[in-house]
Amino acid sequence: MDEGIMSTIIKFKNITKVYQVGDEQVHALDGISMQIQKNEYVAIMGPSGSGKSTMMNIVGCLDTPTSGLYELNGTNVSDMDDDDLAKIRNKEIGFVFQTFNLLARSDVLHNVELPLIYGGIGSAERRKLARAAIERVGLTDRIHHKPNELSGGQRQRVAVARALVTQPAILLADEPTGNLDTKTGDEIMMLFDTLHKEGNTIILVTHEEDIAIHAHRRVRLRDGKIENDEMVKNRRIIK
Amino acid sequence: MKFIFDEFKEGMRIAFAAIRANKMRSVLTTLGIIIGILSVTLMGTAIEGLDRAFNESLASLGPDVLYIQKWPWGDRGDDWWKYRNRREVKIQQAKDIEKYSELAQAVNPAIGEIRNVKYGQKLVENVTVVGTGAALLETSGATIAFGRFFTRFETDGGRPVCAIGSEVAANLFPNENPIGKTIKVGGYAYQVLGVFEKQGSFLGEQSLDNRVYVPIYRFFKEFMSRRGGISIMVKAKSVEEMDNTIEEIRGIMRKSRRLSPKDEDDFAINQQEIIVQTFNQIGGVIAAVGLFITGMSLFVGGIGIMNIMFVSVTERTKEIGIRKAIGAPRRTILLQFLIESAALCLIGGIVGIIIAFPLSLIIDTFLPTAMPLSIILIALFISVFVGVISGFLPAFRASRLNPVDSLRYE
Ligand SMILES: Nc1ncnc2c1ncn2[C@@H]1O[C@H](COP(=O)(O)OP(=O)(O)O)[C@@H](O)[C@H]1O
Ligand SMILES: [Mg+2]
Repeated sequence: MDEGIMSTIIKFKNITKVYQVGDEQVHALDGISMQIQKNEYVAIMGPSGSGKSTMMNIVGCLDTPTSGLYELNGTNVSDMDDDDLAKIRNKEIGFVFQTFNLLARSDVLHNVELPLIYGGIGSAERRKLARAAIERVGLTDRIHHKPNELSGGQRQRVAVARALVTQPAILLADEPTGNLDTKTGDEIMMLFDTLHKEGNTIILVTHEEDIAIHAHRRVRLRDGKIENDEMVKNRRIIK
Repeated sequence: MKFIFDEFKEGMRIAFAAIRANKMRSVLTTLGIIIGILSVTLMGTAIEGLDRAFNESLASLGPDVLYIQKWPWGDRGDDWWKYRNRREVKIQQAKDIEKYSELAQAVNPAIGEIRNVKYGQKLVENVTVVGTGAALLETSGATIAFGRFFTRFETDGGRPVCAIGSEVAANLFPNENPIGKTIKVGGYAYQVLGVFEKQGSFLGEQSLDNRVYVPIYRFFKEFMSRRGGISIMVKAKSVEEMDNTIEEIRGIMRKSRRLSPKDEDDFAINQQEIIVQTFNQIGGVIAAVGLFITGMSLFVGGIGIMNIMFVSVTERTKEIGIRKAIGAPRRTILLQFLIESAALCLIGGIVGIIIAFPLSLIIDTFLPTAMPLSIILIALFISVFVGVISGFLPAFRASRLNPVDSLRYE
């Protein structure tokens, strides 16, 4: 096999997602074909309702397409069952959500450990990996705090640590700065930039140009179709 | 294996966090289970007590002893008059059985009347005076505590001697040795040869210790009532040969009573078996009705748990979505909620048992039972079982939730 195929992480072939709303069919994704290579930094953009989140959910194996083929790391995941998808989500995907989605009753350490528990990692190893991921996002001094004892930016860092801890193939972030002010938003984006430099593959959903400018590649959606797919020349680098 | 254990630990942790976070609600829903387990345990204890009381009583009737009497035990149906008009069983029949039976090991005729018993100034009223043969100790569970029972020679000769029950002994001779003393039984003098071991009561009714045993031939002279039917106790040589023994005795009885082949038996051959059957029927119905009614309260408790678990699943839809997004399989979510409802019920069960225990001591004052360990274990098992059953539907629904929709749930 040649180098190009080896490094393809995501391969979409004519993916559609159709929702039945009453008598009407909503084509949230309407024939998407694209590929994403290892260590790419992609921003998925488009107006509200264009299908960004739907695409993200399918990439992240939270949802399955109505039709089309999705290969993740060379494995066809388009028609896997729930539990197989759960396994893929656990091992290959790291999610960062707009609303953080941390477990409110658990402290930072436990939130970050959780994917490892579901991954069947023994407790000593688990603790070590979780602490490393927390250190990675700079929250070692908050390790036993509950989410409601943290600021928004800190919560999102915990979410990033949780996404990183299993060393997934892709980091998926759906509007990660949507609930943060500009300054903390920038801090989170700096974190993503660093993670990208360290070799991670990152896919970012956003409708803000300021945020999208961090990525190397921009995919614009409109009405469930790809309108535009371009490499970015003048990336913004935060000092 | 390790993996399952970690998942289980995580499930416990979530369960107790959830229960702690909703203290008031948990207490209220658990109340149903507490009451359910409380009533089931107490009912179980009472039934167990009845059973024990019955078995203790039955010990006085050996399984290998037949009772030949005018009246059959158990359900007499509409034949009361038929039985009443039968001829009495007579001493001659006891003699014939003793003479002809090969399968009988011991034969003992017996008859009773109520009389007052006196020693000096002390009086015991309404004592059952039993006229008996000398084989009583072989055919009944009774044993002599001290002194001796009367001999064959003393019985046949109708000597004025007696052996007394422990209650009579305690009442007439509080500070004296009764052996050799003369007491008045229904006005006649009898010399005390022995005192029986305490036996308790038969089916919670007549005390077996408030008795005086006298030789049956003496009894015929001094206490015999107008009708004067006796019972004959026959101890079989072996329990395995019971049926053959019954057939043999029936033949001897029919011949002794000169029944022609077309006459039906005009006597009954009773055995412990009949009482056991009757008790099992009645006891079975009581137990079934009792456990059904108390089981209903447990059922209602279970419904409460199911209801609250549905609420809990709905409230935590988002949490379920998060867990699924980061890789929790269906099994894990199912397990998590099953553990939660089982834990709720187990807590209810434990509290129920803690409350039931002192109450069972009250039952113990009129039935011979304390709450047996088996009932405690069964109750704990039942409460976990109820938890798993009532938690299953909500947990199953949680495990099937779609992660995308759950994550969007607010
Ligand atoms: N669960 C759903 N049921 C019905 N329609 C849906 C559902 N999810 C999304 N849609 C529709 O699909 C389209 C794309 O939605 P979405 O992917 O959320 O857009 P975006 O994230 O770009 O705002 C929208 O028209 C939306 O209404
Ligand atoms: Mg969206």
